Amino acid sequence: MIRLKLHKKLHANQGLMHLDVDLNIPDGNFTAIQGKSGAGKTSLLRMIAGLMKPEKGHIEVNENTWFSSDTKVDLPIQKRGIGYVFQDYALFPNMTVYENLAFALLKGDNPKVIDDLVDIMELGDLKALKPNILSGGQQQRVALARALVQKPKLLLLDEPLSALDNEIRAKLQSHILELHKAFNLTTIMVSHDNAEVLRLADDLLIMENGCIINQGKPTELLSGRSLSGKFQFTGQVVDLKVEGVVTIISVMVGKELVKVASEKQEVSSLKVGDTVLVASKAFNPVIQRLS
Amino acid sequence: MDWAPIILTLKLATVTTILLVLIAVPLANWLANTKVKFKPALEALISMPLVLPPTVLGFYLLVAFSPNNAFGEWLDQWLGLRLIFSFEGLVFASIIYSLPFMVHPIQSGLTNLPHSLTEASYVLGKSKFQTLIRVLLPNIKPALLTGIVLSFAHTMGEFGVVLMIGGNIPGQTKVASIAIYDEVESLNYGLANNYSLLLLGITFFILLTVYSFNRTGIKSFWK
Repeated sequence: MIRLKLHKKLHANQGLMHLDVDLNIPDGNFTAIQGKSGAGKTSLLRMIAGLMKPEKGHIEVNENTWFSSDTKVDLPIQKRGIGYVFQDYALFPNMTVYENLAFALLKGDNPKVIDDLVDIMELGDLKALKPNILSGGQQQRVALARALVQKPKLLLLDEPLSALDNEIRAKLQSHILELHKAFNLTTIMVSHDNAEVLRLADDLLIMENGCIINQGKPTELLSGRSLSGKFQFTGQVVDLKVEGVVTIISVMVGKELVKVASEKQEVSSLKVGDTVLVASKAFNPVIQRLS
Repeated sequence: MDWAPIILTLKLATVTTILLVLIAVPLANWLANTKVKFKPALEALISMPLVLPPTVLGFYLLVAFSPNNAFGEWLDQWLGLRLIFSFEGLVFASIIYSLPFMVHPIQSGLTNLPHSLTEASYVLGKSKFQTLIRVLLPNIKPALLTGIVLSFAHTMGEFGVVLMIGGNIPGQTKVASIAIYDEVESLNYGLANNYSLLLLGITFFILLTVYSFNRTGIKSFWK
């Protein structure tokens, strides 16, 4: 169990902001954090990691105190033993992929863990390459693997997939999910992508102005109202076209373009670029074998 | 031709450059990260030799290190170090004189590295020292090389400081630039020309090396 109670004054774009977070995260949980930029998401991760010092409060992980303003405890970053994936990946340009992973080994660690991670993340062909010639997705895989070399209990991901296209995103999401289970991790991830959160997270926190304003299951929070949908996807509106009495809404769901006929009334609140939930309530979807 | 001044010059430049690396790396690293209020004052002080006439620097060093003064006397009595008219004194003066040429490239190299590299190293359990040696310095090799070459070349070319606190003692403080001045004063233009040509050649070759590597991509060379 991770217990957080944090307070810090931050200088955000809009001026002074008070970050106030009181939060408990159970072991093995996958928590996603959403919120506008400047809401304090990254600051929250950085405080847990020890990269930023809170003014008041405490951080307790599995009964160990990492930070406490009352007892003046502040465990150095180096001793917290967490996995952290930075937004810019932060791979060391002077080292090869393999050396980047080996750098993370602690004295006395068995180097076999690197080979395991290389296998899981499919990095075999890239081992001898320097990070600057890798693609974004490849760099991301290396960063993820490096964060797990020390077998941390806690993995912090700061918008890890935001710079990648949908296809690679989907693949890496499976990797993250696989690792989360295989390493028995407690994972906290900042993500803007609703589909990603729905797919990966057990819990979702929504932050605004340094506070958690909403907390719950992703399906409940993201669909707005609870819908007894049997079959649902989130996607983005790419086109609205009026045809007679109905409007044809084109929605991009993953890589597929889906067209939904809708009545004018429902359409009036929609515009191109909105994220929407496409669900079927009354009918069973048709399933056909493709391969 | 007497080769001693040339050899002394190269020796002075080498010793100065080695000591400068050891001093400038921690100093530049500290400057790149610190938020202390007197940082601008300190940076200005380090950069002074860029604009100050070398004779001014030499004059004050001469005054400070003279055994007739409290500080110079203390150095002489307690450390047995006499810094005027000696090779050690030249090294000391050269370090101050070339300090900005070493500190500036390293500091800007470190400042330009993404801060997340340092943080990633800390998160992976590495100390500040390990991070500096294994992550930061290897990634600013071009800046390091620039600092080393410029300091070396700059030390080779110094004249005013050396003349003020070193004087003209053969084998001790008579470096090539002093030797040239000496020969010209004695109207030995031929010898002065030999020394000058040699210095011209060496410094041109050093700078040519740097610019060639910069052109062909110094990064690929060092990686």
